[in-house]
Amino acid sequence: MSILEVLAIIVPSTLLTAAPLIFTALGGVFSERSGVVNIGLEGLMSVGAFTAAIATLFLEHAGFGNASPWIAILIAAVAGAIFSLIHAVVSITFRADQTVSGVALNFLAAGLTIFLVKLIYNGNGQTPYIAHNINKISVPVLSNIPIIGPIFFQQVTYTSYLAIFVSFVVWYIIFKTSFGLRLRSVGEHPAAADTLGINVTRMRYIGVMLSGFFGGIGGAVYLVTITANYNVSTIAGQGFLALAAMVFGKWHPIGAMGASLFFGFAQALSITSQQIPYIDRLPSVVMMVAPYVLTLIVLTGFVGRAEPPKADGIPYIKGQR
Amino acid sequence: MPYAIEMKHIRKEFPGIIANDDINLQVEEGEIHALFGENGAGKSTLMNVLFGLYQPDEGEIYVHGKKVRIADPNDANRLGIGMVHQHFMLVEKFTVAENIILGREPTIHGRLDMTKAVKIVSDLSEKYGLDVDPMKKVEDITVGMQQRVEILKTLYRGSDILIFDEPTAVLTPLEIKELIDIMKRLVKEGKSIILITHKLKEIFEACDRCTVIRRGKIIGTIGIGETNPSDLADMMVGRKVNVRINNAPYEPKEKVLEIRDLTVLDSRKVKAVNQLNLTVHGGEIMGIAGVDGNGQTELVEAIAGLRKVKEGAIEINGNDVTNHKTRKIIEAGLGYIPEDRQKHGLVLDFSIGENMVLQTYYKKPYAFAGVLNNKVISKKAKQLIHEYDVRTPGEKTLARSLSGGNQQKVIVAREVDRSPQLLVAAQPTRGLDIGAIEFIHGKLLEEKEKGKAVLLVSFELDEILHLSDRIAVIFEGRIIDIVNPKETNENELGLLMAGRKKEEAQA
Repeated sequence: MSILEVLAIIVPSTLLTAAPLIFTALGGVFSERSGVVNIGLEGLMSVGAFTAAIATLFLEHAGFGNASPWIAILIAAVAGAIFSLIHAVVSITFRADQTVSGVALNFLAAGLTIFLVKLIYNGNGQTPYIAHNINKISVPVLSNIPIIGPIFFQQVTYTSYLAIFVSFVVWYIIFKTSFGLRLRSVGEHPAAADTLGINVTRMRYIGVMLSGFFGGIGGAVYLVTITANYNVSTIAGQGFLALAAMVFGKWHPIGAMGASLFFGFAQALSITSQQIPYIDRLPSVVMMVAPYVLTLIVLTGFVGRAEPPKADGIPYIKGQR
Repeated sequence: MPYAIEMKHIRKEFPGIIANDDINLQVEEGEIHALFGENGAGKSTLMNVLFGLYQPDEGEIYVHGKKVRIADPNDANRLGIGMVHQHFMLVEKFTVAENIILGREPTIHGRLDMTKAVKIVSDLSEKYGLDVDPMKKVEDITVGMQQRVEILKTLYRGSDILIFDEPTAVLTPLEIKELIDIMKRLVKEGKSIILITHKLKEIFEACDRCTVIRRGKIIGTIGIGETNPSDLADMMVGRKVNVRINNAPYEPKEKVLEIRDLTVLDSRKVKAVNQLNLTVHGGEIMGIAGVDGNGQTELVEAIAGLRKVKEGAIEINGNDVTNHKTRKIIEAGLGYIPEDRQKHGLVLDFSIGENMVLQTYYKKPYAFAGVLNNKVISKKAKQLIHEYDVRTPGEKTLARSLSGGNQQKVIVAREVDRSPQLLVAAQPTRGLDIGAIEFIHGKLLEEKEKGKAVLLVSFELDEILHLSDRIAVIFEGRIIDIVNPKETNENELGLLMAGRKKEEAQA
């Protein structure tokens, strides 16, 4: 098996598994740049995946066909944003501990979604499979380019390209617009922003709800491209990987994207290991834990001095020294 | 002509304290008006009311003769009121230009127009003579320049009434002079300025009129031409203040601290203290005079065991303590009032009582078999609070909630009460008001009279000259001269501190 063939297996798989992480990590960037730690990304992804499953099934039934999963992603985004409001109210308005609130969000999402699934599907622990996935395609024209074509443009989903494109959009918003400047200012020094007439509470609500929006998309994309049904183990750990990708990416949209691609690669390795010479001889359990071990190694050894936004995790109280 | 600012019958209450009680303040157009008072007198509260950060419980505010309601800083900005905060309100990761335009950004279709922003900042900076580098990050510029950025922020918003909240607390003497020049220039350009301060010198150098505030009440407003520093100080404190200090005669006893060929590296691994020799005796106050950054911080930290000694030796009472653990050094007889009281002097989220036993908590009677005896600690704390006049509701209060002066009193109480053979005091009065300074000076002198050795590091030449029995001038990590305070003056010291030889300095 040539290197080219190995790459043609691993790269598309990397792109596929990275896409949900990219969206969710971008959400994390919005929240933490505004100064609110968001450990609840896992929960937001669960809500997104659950909503996408239900919505796709409903839309298919209503005759939307191939458009169903796409519309479902949007609905999941809105659901994620609404669900994240809990985190916003608790940690911004009531200034509760943001880590605890995020953990609560995760538990709530896990419990609530499975409860609803059982309620809707007569006690079944999982939803039926959706009929219209977002399928792997070969991009017309581009996939015919020698070498690059098979690696980057065959057996891929549009959501992967979208995720990478959106990373640049988010970078532009955060670093090149006045909205982004204000968002970062409340994450770094809310009192300074306040004295300049910037509404800290409002900016932080927006930051958290955007994280819900993107976390919802992340979960939805995971469902409509990878698992196709929702059950208790659908999102197992993906949200935490996205959180790690955000830290590894130093709270930077492009960094978060790069880190997500790296974690996607680690997951792709474990998924495709049976097809790759030499690696296929390793016990499968090694490859299963590989993404998480790699995450640990990367976070402890290679991140370097990653500084979070200065006021990340600190509730803002007017007039406090 | 109506007043630029008129505040009438302002009252602001916080739980347990009336910060402002029936305050009246009038600021004329085009004047520099000082708001003068002790730490915690209510100056900052009053200005936060004016800037819209606090809502007054009672009272009215008039700006240029028109009655206004200031609900938030946006309202204040619209009325042309700008504030230069004591703790700078700057985002360190942002550039100078970004900090200035934040909240009112020039944009093209939503995109930040940084070219225009830099141009605006450069123009403003030129117009008012406020030298800044718009492209630099705030974390990389000097404190003086950070302050100029704060001023430019208000000017960018078109403010014509500027509030300066204790602007000189963090500045070097040279920067203070520059700031006063800037304020005078701003007034010439038609601005009115309110200067919050507790430093007499600044008032007489910069201001036209002065309003004195004590414990939340107005004592009076007075023209600077009609008063003198001593009267003003009495007005602020509410009693006679000793500006001159009764220093007991100099009778040195045996050696307490001996430093030989000491070399210490700073955080960048550069020799900050370089082959330094110094001896301090019992019964004397040795003042260390020098420009900031000549190794004072590193010297003091090396003595206290907080920074590694590269070469040389430190002896306390004849015992070698070089590179010993801090607790060992303390037990050898060190008392230490650190430069940064919040970072190294106190655990801010501990109570006053807990802070007062930070060095002794593990010993009897404060602890037995590893269990703290809170009763004894409380009793001790109460006694020290009383003795050192710490103004606090009680010993259970968190150190964080005290004013700067009272925080410093807690540290001084803790260190002096143990009556160590050697007391190292680094900037013991920085940022404090006259009353607190007088108190701390008195304590240092008492220790000297008891026959203890005191090493005093200060950037305030007045303080060094008044208290010291001998003055060691530090320059580039070495003691370049030791002078007798009675035979020198500020000018000579200033030249020595700049690295000149004594003969040159006297010439």
